[in-house]
Amino acid sequence: MREMEVAQFCSTSHVVIVAGKGGVGKTTVTATLAVAAARAGLRVLVVEVEGKSGLPAMFGAPPLAYDEAELEPGVRARFLTPDAALVEYLESHGMRRISRRLVATGALDVVATAVPGMKDILVLGKVKSLSEARDADLIVVDAPAAGHAITFLLSARGLLDAVRVGPIRKQAADVVALLSDPRRCQVMLVTVPEETPVSEAIDTAFAVEDRAGVALGPIVVNGCYQPLPAGVVASPEAIARDADAIGRFVPPREAADLAAAAAFRAERHAIQTEQVERLARRLPLPQIHLPYVFTPDIGRADLDVLADALERGIEAL
Amino acid sequence: MSDLTHLVRDRGVVICCGSGGVGKTTTAAVLALQGARLGRNACVVTIDPAKRLANALGLDRLSDTPSEIDPSRWRTAHSAPGGRLSALMLDTKSTFDNLVVRNAESPEQARRILENTFYRNVSGALGGTQEYMAMEKLHELHDAGGFDLIVVDTPPTRHALDFLDAPRRLTRLLDNRIFRLLMMPTRAYLRVASLAVQTFLRTVSRVVGSEVVEDVIAFFRAFEGMEEGFRARATAVEELLADPDTAFVLVTSPRRDAVEEATYFANRLTDHHQRVEALIVNRVHPPFGDESPDGLRARARELTVHPGADPGAAHRLAVLYENLADFREIAVRERRHLEGLRDRIGPGSVTFVPYLAHDVYDFDALSEVGRALFPN
Repeated sequence: MREMEVAQFCSTSHVVIVAGKGGVGKTTVTATLAVAAARAGLRVLVVEVEGKSGLPAMFGAPPLAYDEAELEPGVRARFLTPDAALVEYLESHGMRRISRRLVATGALDVVATAVPGMKDILVLGKVKSLSEARDADLIVVDAPAAGHAITFLLSARGLLDAVRVGPIRKQAADVVALLSDPRRCQVMLVTVPEETPVSEAIDTAFAVEDRAGVALGPIVVNGCYQPLPAGVVASPEAIARDADAIGRFVPPREAADLAAAAAFRAERHAIQTEQVERLARRLPLPQIHLPYVFTPDIGRADLDVLADALERGIEAL
Repeated sequence: MSDLTHLVRDRGVVICCGSGGVGKTTTAAVLALQGARLGRNACVVTIDPAKRLANALGLDRLSDTPSEIDPSRWRTAHSAPGGRLSALMLDTKSTFDNLVVRNAESPEQARRILENTFYRNVSGALGGTQEYMAMEKLHELHDAGGFDLIVVDTPPTRHALDFLDAPRRLTRLLDNRIFRLLMMPTRAYLRVASLAVQTFLRTVSRVVGSEVVEDVIAFFRAFEGMEEGFRARATAVEELLADPDTAFVLVTSPRRDAVEEATYFANRLTDHHQRVEALIVNRVHPPFGDESPDGLRARARELTVHPGADPGAAHRLAVLYENLADFREIAVRERRHLEGLRDRIGPGSVTFVPYLAHDVYDFDALSEVGRALFPN
């Protein structure tokens, strides 16, 4: 039962932070995980933390706001901003007036500069309280891009050194507790099988575990080309022979295009295999491979294909 | 001669902007390399390059001063005489420190600022500071570096146009109303007026602690008298960005998110009365002919349904048609995204760089990208 495996995997930790270098498909993996978990019967909440997100478009939904929106049955999403999180936090702690003034005067920006990581703490603190509210079975956080992901995860520890009293310190301590408890939180790293992203994923993985003290789940290798079936040869001559054998004519230009596209795929696949192997050698983490989707715009149907692959990957863990 | 060639031959400053992961650093390096090969004294300012590219450029550490790359490594038989190529990997913190030292009225004032915890946070590559220092370094090199072409990479943030506002970041902080009032209590006659401020401060202290507030106040006091220098500097940097000798090059990939972001940059640049003079699209898939993906898929289906005398051969052909259809699909969509962007950037040139089979981390690979950017 694949759904059960997925449900079990998703209940390992309540919060999954999806992290990786820009352009590797973090948001796609976030959406894929949400779809797979929802298909397994879980109520999922997706949290976006950075700027514009392509996530709602994948579900055919309008852009996200601070308030929750349902993307489809079982999948809700919202966008957390530090300003709104701070106001909400202070208001719930009896500091309504100061919160509005902090934001309105621009003093929040000064204070946030004075306390590095404060904005991250506000966002992660909100994730923590969402997690405690148990309003969802799984919370998936689409983290900022790699370099920033480390800062994002380290911010709570750094802040404990900088701020010695007050509600922000309390918030930071709670966030550290959340991040360092593998039953409550894990990081799912995403990469693509190319040289630079693989190198950066390896560095990020060690930094996340050693410096941020956050547990790592399996690493997702996104955009994997499937090899052409054995026996398919990418040459115009082989194409002409096969065409002859079944009494057809393939114009030479078309044969050249067929061969070129097949050769391109074989070449990419070979490079990717090399990088996947390097990743396996250098990083002792289970890998989940997601196939390359032949479109620059991931849509809802593509998410199902990816979720199938994610399920297979989880099953094989 | 291509528009890009004009840019690197005639302009003094080229700024590469775009979202993260689209090959901005590589593009910046290639533009500077081409400038040097055209005989210019070129310098590329990189921010956080991938390790192997940094090595290729002879950058083994962060630095404040550019280092020249041995011409034997990049010069070709066709290079114009006299060209030089230098590179620098931006050290945000030391650039900021130098800026403070230069603007301070006394070594004592500089020391008080450099030791302040708040300042250390500001200068420690927090959001926006990298952009600020990149622009600061650009201005410094432009003024006194002796280069005739400076190519700047911009930091890979989601808010990738922060560098346009970056020079104002510090002065805006210094201008903040609350914190201007904070500095007042040093002057006795304003003590009364600051009662409201005191109340406000007490509440801020309740949220983050009083040490933080004290640090901030100490920082603002230490800065007293230096704001003018910083303001003048910010204005100078803005003027350099607006100078007709400065060109903005937008770098993107054909993926939807990157194109959307590039479109957003193009609009923001227009708001700032800047023009995107060239669009460079990296990692574009080859077109693989011009057949429609649907037509190719229909042929694959037909081969599966009527395999003829040799089902093995029919299957192999069907696989190849499906595969070609997949790649044609990408090519069609990529070009559709880019059409929209091309319309929005107006008259600027558009150059496609094909998807390369390997990463770019040596001069051979940079030259390969160069051939795509500068055909002929």
